[in-house]
Amino acid sequence: MISYIAKRLAIAVPTLLLLIIVSFLLMHAAPGGPFTQERALPPQVLANLEAKYGLDQPLWKQMANYVWGIVAHFDFGPSFIYKDRTVNEIIAQGFPVTLTYGSLSFLLAVLVGVSLGVAAAIRHNSWLDYLAVGISIGAQVLPNFVMAPILVLVFTLWLRWLPGGGWEGGQWQYIVMPVIALSTSFMASIARITRSSMLEVLNSNHIRTARAKGLPERKVILRHALKPAMLPVISYLGPAFVTMITGSVVVDIYFSTGGIGKAFVDSALNRDYAVMMGVTILVGALTILFNLVVDILYAWIDPKIRY
Amino acid sequence: MLNKLLLTTALTVGLALPSVAANVQPGETLAENQDYTYWLLDAIKSMDPQINTDVEGSGVLRALFEGLYNEDQVGGLVPGVATGYELSDDKTTYTFHLRDNAKWSNGDPVTAGDFVYAWKRLADPATASEYAWYMELMQVVNAAEIIAGEKPVDELGVTAIDDHTLEVKITAPLPYFPKMLTHASTFPVNQKVIEQFGDKWTEPGNLAGNGAYVLKEHILGEKVVMEPNPEYWDNENTILQKVTALTINDENAALTRYLAGELDRTQVPAGQYPRLKAEYPDEAISVPQSCSYIYMFNLDKDKGPEALKDVRVRKALSYAIDRDIIVNNILQGGQAPSYNWTHAATEGFEMPEIDYASWTQADRTAKAKELLAEAGYGPDKPLDLTLNYNTSEAHKKIAIAVQQFWKGVGVNLTLNNMEWKVHTDKMQNQDFEIARYAWCGDYNEASTYLDLFTSYSGHNNGKFFSEDFDKLMKDSKTAENPAPLYKEAEQILAAEMPFAPIYQYTKVEMIKPDIKGAGLTNLMQNWYLKDMYRVAN
Repeated sequence: MISYIAKRLAIAVPTLLLLIIVSFLLMHAAPGGPFTQERALPPQVLANLEAKYGLDQPLWKQMANYVWGIVAHFDFGPSFIYKDRTVNEIIAQGFPVTLTYGSLSFLLAVLVGVSLGVAAAIRHNSWLDYLAVGISIGAQVLPNFVMAPILVLVFTLWLRWLPGGGWEGGQWQYIVMPVIALSTSFMASIARITRSSMLEVLNSNHIRTARAKGLPERKVILRHALKPAMLPVISYLGPAFVTMITGSVVVDIYFSTGGIGKAFVDSALNRDYAVMMGVTILVGALTILFNLVVDILYAWIDPKIRY
Repeated sequence: MLNKLLLTTALTVGLALPSVAANVQPGETLAENQDYTYWLLDAIKSMDPQINTDVEGSGVLRALFEGLYNEDQVGGLVPGVATGYELSDDKTTYTFHLRDNAKWSNGDPVTAGDFVYAWKRLADPATASEYAWYMELMQVVNAAEIIAGEKPVDELGVTAIDDHTLEVKITAPLPYFPKMLTHASTFPVNQKVIEQFGDKWTEPGNLAGNGAYVLKEHILGEKVVMEPNPEYWDNENTILQKVTALTINDENAALTRYLAGELDRTQVPAGQYPRLKAEYPDEAISVPQSCSYIYMFNLDKDKGPEALKDVRVRKALSYAIDRDIIVNNILQGGQAPSYNWTHAATEGFEMPEIDYASWTQADRTAKAKELLAEAGYGPDKPLDLTLNYNTSEAHKKIAIAVQQFWKGVGVNLTLNNMEWKVHTDKMQNQDFEIARYAWCGDYNEASTYLDLFTSYSGHNNGKFFSEDFDKLMKDSKTAENPAPLYKEAEQILAAEMPFAPIYQYTKVEMIKPDIKGAGLTNLMQNWYLKDMYRVAN
């Protein structure tokens, strides 16, 4: 197992490097640059800017310098657009925000999603099943860009219970709506995957055996059915967790959280090369890490899996 | 040798206009609560006056710093750090007198040397400021050469005669030079603080400004918090006690939060003004703003489409646009239909007689058909053109409307929506046929618009070229009264039609009725927090 993890981590390095190279090239292939503006800069001013940010060097050299900066100093460079900030600072400010509301959304989505899915499966074709399926389809078809304004309308404008946006260091009033808006569609997916997987497991031989030997239904579900039923859910949860903790552009924009989700989209539109690379690497590294975590969990849940 | 007459006038200007600072009117009682929260569309890109490039950042910079001059409620100049100036006979040397009680927020006195440092910093290639060209636009001696790296930065034509006297030499007379001094990129900065903190000097706690407010908090993408600066020379007249600028990227979200009482001022999303005006007549406002919206034609010799080289086609396209429908049915925010380039409310600008402005739309459309037929286009030979515009609901709606108007005169318009940077990049490389474009004035004077269509302008993306136009604009720089020349220049634009004017901007906002002094009547929409206050109901 340890050697398996070591091997996976070793593969992660060239994978990240490949990610950097491909993103770097794609980014530079897009028309326009960080200093392209409605008012074209005089050539000399543009040249001075490009010299300052090293954009006048050949692409391979820019890339080499960039990678060296990360390896040697863990320095992701300065933002080309938010010139008072470095990429490290932008991520250090924005990532804790999305990590907070993302983790909470994840917990909520898993708790509610799994419960709904299990309840629907064990009461298959009952009103509870229809209700659970109804709720999850409802949550699925209500995208967060519709959900967010509705939440604000109801809780901020009509009821005046919650502030309509902001973060204020992560006080609970500011977290409630982002968490609801972000978690619903994930919750719905988790509920559907859990339900179908649970239904399949409940019809399998080992459950029939468990029932046959007279185990109470509660034990059958919790001890024998839940664990194998979780396998497909867990493979969904790995990437979903990364997506959630790196934030959602809709949540960040609508609730003005100052999170990293918006920085990702903004940096691409602004051609803020350094921020775009920084966030890409962050998301890439987290994805690799949590795919590994999922694989380890697999081995733990299913004794048949050996690495 | 100084011109005596000008000397006296300049000094009188300085003395007669006390700085206006929150000018509470008789009969108004101040509210107990003097907190103010306003909306920012996007995160502030930089708190460094020489680095910042956007309008929203300038609003914050005008609170944290103070330049030689400020603007009053209607956009007129009022003393800032300067109390007055003298202009030499040849109109190329300005001598500014600085007040001796101006201080930085760290207690240091504000001196002429601080301006010299800031201006050299703006022009210095090492600073790599995106606004370095503004020094060039101001025609400060050697600015262009310094930016180009041909001369050392010390040769910039700006000198501190003593701590309170600043001398600026410009290459040619520039009648609106003083007006350019309210621009944030000309604000002084404190050399000591910049050298002490390096790149981190703009962080709250480090940042020393000479404006009426100090920076308390700056969380990128969330908020900026400011409080009065006790060291500011006119601090006793600063009324607002806590100012918060909230970044809200979605203007509909901002509006909801305004309506929930979380904001005192926000923008009205396109098309919502009539409803809000009916519901909140005291709060919804629409005031002129110095920007002009056009469709630019590509006249480039090699890259422009053949059809647009014919002035009849360009005129036909412009005539066929029903601007009233665009402003009244699409934008609905009090915008003005436009038949010229310079914003009509620009100071000192006299609107020339433009023939088609006074015609009815039916006449215009008829004339458009006639011109197209003359140019050889008709049912047998339809004209196919492409319009590029950047992503935005409003741009899209206008483009669709124009597509319909042009269809009516036999022109097939293909709409080409693209992301902002791609649109800009294509425009600047003349890789377009017709492109949506807008320009906002840098200062309140017609040349900020008209200079754009000179052959030597860096922004003339459609590559319009007219010797007469160039000459008029060159002459206007030294003319005693440039207004008639501007009028003529506009007439050339109407005759040559290098673009189709569409509308002139208004600023459409919701603002709480108890907020006063917000500079709504200033065409440049430059407001100063120090002039604002909240009245009791």
